[in-house]
Amino acid sequence: MTTPQSSPLRSDTSRGPRSSTPQSSPLPGAAENTGAAPGAKPYAAYLLGLADDAMVYAQRLGEWMTNAPQIEEDMALGNIALDLLGQARGLYPYVGSIDGTGRGEDDYAMQRDEREWHNVHLVEQERGDFADEMARLLWFSAYQVELHTALTSSTDDVVAGVSGKALKEVRYHLDHASLWVVRLGDGTEESSRRMQAALERVLPYLAELFDDDEASVLAAGLGAGVLPSTLHQGVVDRVTRVVEQATLTLPDGSRWRSRGGRAGIHSRPMGYLLAEMQHIARSYPGATW
Amino acid sequence: MTVVAAESAVAQAISRIPDPEVPVISIADLGILRAVDVDEQAHTVVVTITPTYSGCPAMEAIASRIVFESARQGYAADVHTQLSPAWTTDWMSDEGRAALQRFGIAPPGPVPTGESHGPVAVTLSRHVVACPHCGSTDTSEIAHFGSTACKALRRCNACLEPFDEFKAI
Repeated sequence: MTTPQSSPLRSDTSRGPRSSTPQSSPLPGAAENTGAAPGAKPYAAYLLGLADDAMVYAQRLGEWMTNAPQIEEDMALGNIALDLLGQARGLYPYVGSIDGTGRGEDDYAMQRDEREWHNVHLVEQERGDFADEMARLLWFSAYQVELHTALTSSTDDVVAGVSGKALKEVRYHLDHASLWVVRLGDGTEESSRRMQAALERVLPYLAELFDDDEASVLAAGLGAGVLPSTLHQGVVDRVTRVVEQATLTLPDGSRWRSRGGRAGIHSRPMGYLLAEMQHIARSYPGATW
Repeated sequence: MTVVAAESAVAQAISRIPDPEVPVISIADLGILRAVDVDEQAHTVVVTITPTYSGCPAMEAIASRIVFESARQGYAADVHTQLSPAWTTDWMSDEGRAALQRFGIAPPGPVPTGESHGPVAVTLSRHVVACPHCGSTDTSEIAHFGSTACKALRRCNACLEPFDEFKAI
């Protein structure tokens, strides 16, 4: 009764997403790519890009609990974070079966150093004010809607399964961000000014979402992934519709852009985020409750 | 949609397990119990469940309850989590919907086909939800997200009571 699996690159067919079978937990940092098929390393990197974006953004969104402008928004952002955490959990044990390390979800989330994370810089940035978060959520959820729409037809059954589930969730996230961007943009003079400023501040971090790196080219070639560049226009169209309704202006072109996240090169806030997120797990290795 | 060997006592015990977050509805009526395969010879049971949302924190509680209830019937349970096909509120049984209504939670309507490409504001009044207390359809959304991932918070403009809405997905 396990989920059917047909990864083009799996080195082990016994594990499914969030399987109830306990994962063996080798020491963190065990040799990567041992015994895995050729191409397994870049394919695992591609999947980690998807999972790490969700995991890191879940951590950032969780910071809003008790800090949002109203209690309903604490719950909304906490719920969105929970969806993203679940999406990451669906992929981590699977990556462990592909890269040959057999690592489980806690190994990936809690035992990796900064250089081993494949998320884009957008999701690791400090949270800023509420308008900053809504600008980031608008772009990121629009990107995730396009991404998971494409990945529901992945040749990898695990990816297609995670994406089919995620698509329903991220549509709702996009709906939520859209409502707030319109409310703030078409609100008071102050809210409109701050929402516009947020759209400008998020701009340098967007191009990185659509870079075709080696890992995504390989994954797309297998029919298991999608070329990020092909998602760009659909995402821009979605965001443009919202920004226009919000009576705001979509800023064009940033004078600089982030890069390197998919290759493990991160910005200053990432180390602090990991320190907070991993502190307990690293202070008490192997602790359970 | 749920495949349950109805004649088996262990299968019936499993299907009656209440959802930990919304205890008025069973995991079978909620549609998250996908399959129960009983091996009467070996006294084992293989149970397949699917989450309502990717990050649903109740899954582990449900899995351990299945193991517990099976053990009480003398069976060893193996619980599998399956993501695909993705859970939809359309799998909720009529009995489950009625139980939610009695509990004060508006049951989910039909799942919207596709997605809205219209102006954003249309989504604000996209669907009609009847108040589970007085039945009025004059209700409005208070918050997009409620006490759990599967619910939104609404208010009845007729009887002024707040209530949870089970979101259609």
